[in-house]
Amino acid sequence: MTPGLIFALAGVGLFVLGLGGVILLAQSLRRILAFNLMGSGVFLVLVGLAQRDGNPDPVPQAMVLTGIVVAVAATALALALARQFGDREDA
Amino acid sequence: MSLNELLPLGVLASSLVPGLIIFTLPESRIRVRTVLNLLGALTKMILVGVLLAGVSAGEDYGFRHTVLPGLDLVFKADALALLFVTLSSVLWLFTTLYAIGYLEGAPHRSRFFGFFSLCVTATMGIAMAGNLFTFFVFYELLTLATFPLVVHRGTPQAMKGGTVYLAYTLGGGALLLTGIVWLHGLTGSVDFAYGGYLAGLDPAYEGQLKIAFLLLIAGVGVKAAIVPLHGWLPQAMVAPAPVSALLHAVAVVKAGAFGVVRIVYEVYGVEFAQGLDLLLPLAVAAAVTILWGSVRALFQDDLKKRLAFSTVSQVSYIVLGVALFGPLGTVGGLVHLVHQGIMKITLFFCAGNFAETLGIHKVSEMDGAGRRMPLTTLAFSIGALGMMGAPLTAGAVSKAWLMDGAGASGMDWAIGVLWTSSLLNAAYFLPILWRAWFRASPTSWPDEHIPARGRRETAWLLLLPPLVTAAAVLVAGMFAGAEWSPLSWALLIADREYLLWRS
Amino acid sequence: MPDPFLDPLPWLILLPLAWGALAFVAGPGRGGGLALVGLTGQLGLALVLAVQVVESGARSHAVGGWGAPLGIDLLADGLAVAMLLLTQVVALPQAVYARAYFAQGAGQFWPLAGFLLAALNALFLSADLFNIYVTLELVSLAAVGLVALGGKPGQVAAALRYLLVSLTTSGAYLMGVALIYGVYGTVSLATLAPLVTHQPPLAVWLAVGLMGLGLLAKTALFPFHFWLPPAHGGAAAPVSALLSALVVKASFYLLLRLALGPFVSLAAEAALLLGMLGAVAILWGSWQALRTVHIKMLVAWSTVAQLGYLFLAFPLLAADGLALQAGVMQALAHGLAKAAMFAAAGVLMLATGRDTLAGLAGAAGRVPLTLFAFALAGITLMGLPPSGGFLAKWLLIDAALHQGQVGWVVVVIGGGLLAAGYVFRVLRQAFLHGPPEAPIQPVHPVSRSMEWATFLLAAASVLLGLRGVELVALLERGMP
Repeated sequence: MTPGLIFALAGVGLFVLGLGGVILLAQSLRRILAFNLMGSGVFLVLVGLAQRDGNPDPVPQAMVLTGIVVAVAATALALALARQFGDREDA
Repeated sequence: MSLNELLPLGVLASSLVPGLIIFTLPESRIRVRTVLNLLGALTKMILVGVLLAGVSAGEDYGFRHTVLPGLDLVFKADALALLFVTLSSVLWLFTTLYAIGYLEGAPHRSRFFGFFSLCVTATMGIAMAGNLFTFFVFYELLTLATFPLVVHRGTPQAMKGGTVYLAYTLGGGALLLTGIVWLHGLTGSVDFAYGGYLAGLDPAYEGQLKIAFLLLIAGVGVKAAIVPLHGWLPQAMVAPAPVSALLHAVAVVKAGAFGVVRIVYEVYGVEFAQGLDLLLPLAVAAAVTILWGSVRALFQDDLKKRLAFSTVSQVSYIVLGVALFGPLGTVGGLVHLVHQGIMKITLFFCAGNFAETLGIHKVSEMDGAGRRMPLTTLAFSIGALGMMGAPLTAGAVSKAWLMDGAGASGMDWAIGVLWTSSLLNAAYFLPILWRAWFRASPTSWPDEHIPARGRRETAWLLLLPPLVTAAAVLVAGMFAGAEWSPLSWALLIADREYLLWRS
Repeated sequence: MPDPFLDPLPWLILLPLAWGALAFVAGPGRGGGLALVGLTGQLGLALVLAVQVVESGARSHAVGGWGAPLGIDLLADGLAVAMLLLTQVVALPQAVYARAYFAQGAGQFWPLAGFLLAALNALFLSADLFNIYVTLELVSLAAVGLVALGGKPGQVAAALRYLLVSLTTSGAYLMGVALIYGVYGTVSLATLAPLVTHQPPLAVWLAVGLMGLGLLAKTALFPFHFWLPPAHGGAAAPVSALLSALVVKASFYLLLRLALGPFVSLAAEAALLLGMLGAVAILWGSWQALRTVHIKMLVAWSTVAQLGYLFLAFPLLAADGLALQAGVMQALAHGLAKAAMFAAAGVLMLATGRDTLAGLAGAAGRVPLTLFAFALAGITLMGLPPSGGFLAKWLLIDAALHQGQVGWVVVVIGGGLLAAGYVFRVLRQAFLHGPPEAPIQPVHPVSRSMEWATFLLAAASVLLGLRGVELVALLERGMP
């Protein structure tokens, strides 16, 4: 078993955990965290599967970087909405 | 684009364009609206006149626009189309005049006349449709454009009537569409043609063709009010009188009957339909409708409802004429398309006058109406006598040809149906006439709106249209042999459907 | 190769981005005029592109001259151009409408709308799986922002739910992309097409399943429709119009693109299931639209039903081009009609001060043009001729009959009758005379520009039905 494959399998595990969290959890904050877990899982798969013949492949690296930016932006929006929603719940 | 392509489009545009402009007019611009309406109606009559002259001289008028590869919007103004076009455009003029008088001071008139013009446009499209797809396009447009007119009064009863109307007509449209796509799947897009275009198909498809025929006839049968698909017609009586005239004489039921004509003659072909044993069931359905409508009419006290059931019965004369295998029945059916129109519109104009002037809505309130409103009652009497088939009226002409047709095709039972129906017609119309002319007037009318002034029994715009159409009933009956009569035109069409039958 | 600076492809993405950013700098509520200018330019660009594609076939553009795999390639074929045209044609009248609608203050509507349109245009022009992911996320983020725009509790809740659904489904999609890259070492649609065989490794099945499910949920196909009615029904009218007309079509477009492109052999396996889900969506969405009491919820449920028609195309895709034409025609017709219908619903709510059907009594007298527009849009949804919706249904029926699958014909025709049921619920009520019920919101005078923009969209959805030949010519260009 190559290290790349181990990364990828761990990524799949994280993805499934995160997916379960988003679907099953009730609280907004937990669901947002679960979504981030999903994202990390996917990034691990990308990086893990991309090690061809031991040489790193630049394309998935670029993809992961882009993906992280998107995930950060999405998380920020989700947090802002959750806060607004939470404020109203409290009030 | 050549003139022969432009003329059919002009016939459509002459009501569509004024209608669309009227929609945008504010309620208060009465004069502009009236001018637009009349200008449109007159333009249309002139265009139709040109077409009539051209077609009798053997010209071809048509227009084609491809909407999808293998699917064309086709218009053709042939002899059969012009029969319906002429009827509708002439009656549109009189109905518009009548509606202007009838709705004076009523709210939402811009909307009313806008949809009114759209209805007539749809009717023109149905008449000039050159294939089943085009027919369907305008058939559905007619449904949509009449709905706001049926519910024009905006009362809960109007809504109920409108909903029933929609449920029937949209359901019928779905059946029609199913039949059309079925045939389209078998043949591709084919234009209407004299003698039909299905006869050459593989005999293996005969079963499918029979089912498709049933779907198509059921689809158009809803608008033609063939029993048991007639339920909407009495319900739609909640509409104002000009709308009833439109539904019963100018557009809707005629569109259905016209559809039967096109499907039997120019899709299946009358010989092929006879070969598939489709005509006898159609004739039986028509006969049942004729009798059922007449019997139901006997028991209606509401004047407009009685007229509505009378329409159910009379429109199936046309269907019966089509279903009688042979040229004589064809002539009878086609000429009745016109004759029923002018007779029934007279009756509805008059019923509207009784209701608007004196508040009479029921047969039992008609006592002595003839003395108060002699001219209206005279027109009503002429229309009613025509419906019974009395001599010298238009009705007599159509009935005579239908009976000859039934005899010639060996369907003697149909003659019995026609005689029975005539007797029933007399049984439900004569009591009205008797009450109106010979019973004493009551001391006060149910709801008198328009007081009599000398000779003027009601508003001129309400009185003139029925008088003119009543005169037309007599003229069409007495001069049926003339070159320009509806009968001669029906003979011209029959000549083209049945080659050389008169030689 | 023409001058890359004159190529319309990148400008279709840059232009909305530019006016969106400028509107943001100008401050809340400003930028409507800028948007109109930008959108007019975009419409012109899309038309130029359409002419180019019809004349000389599909065309691509290497952004910045880098080229794949590290750079990004844009690709415009007939399908993409059809969707681009729809987007710009819907957006321009909507901008006119929104300027009047947001007279009281637009908040951040204009920047978000600009970003949304840039993301949509980029999505339609994407040529690789990863760029599709990025644009999908951008579309979702902008759309969620728009839903939350009003700041009402219901809107924020709907936006949050919408966001979580979007993020989860995008995550599933991205996982699919990762697996595909792991197996084939490329994400370019064109390079993938010859590599994917009939018997691919398990990971590819898994990837296609994940990507498909993610996109289906974004398209709100039954049973993934649960997020749509609150999000679309609760947002401001111009937002609902953009979402229902364009955003859900984006993921449908991707499904179509993938099912016709690299995964054509695998998509056939799921086609029947998709068609059946589509049929259920038609029934369920229509049924809910027949029951709801709120105008905008009725329109939103109708979207659920109408999206079902899009999926009826899948089981029929394999044989000939008819089903593809049907699907795209339905996407275009529904896009125009639904934009008009949400806009009309917005006008009706402003004019009557109520958001229920019962409150509509007598509206026919007050805003006749809007009601006329609603009816025209209804004609398209019912699939009555001569509308674009009718052509879509005709093509579907034609395709079904050609392949002897008569069951779909019944679904199509029955669905049209159900649509008539809910459309006429609204029209009947509006024609009813009677004392109007007391408004629960202040009644606003409705500006003519809103009514005309609505009417224009509705009229376009009907007139589309007379121009099917041009669409077919466009679609036949550069399709796989």
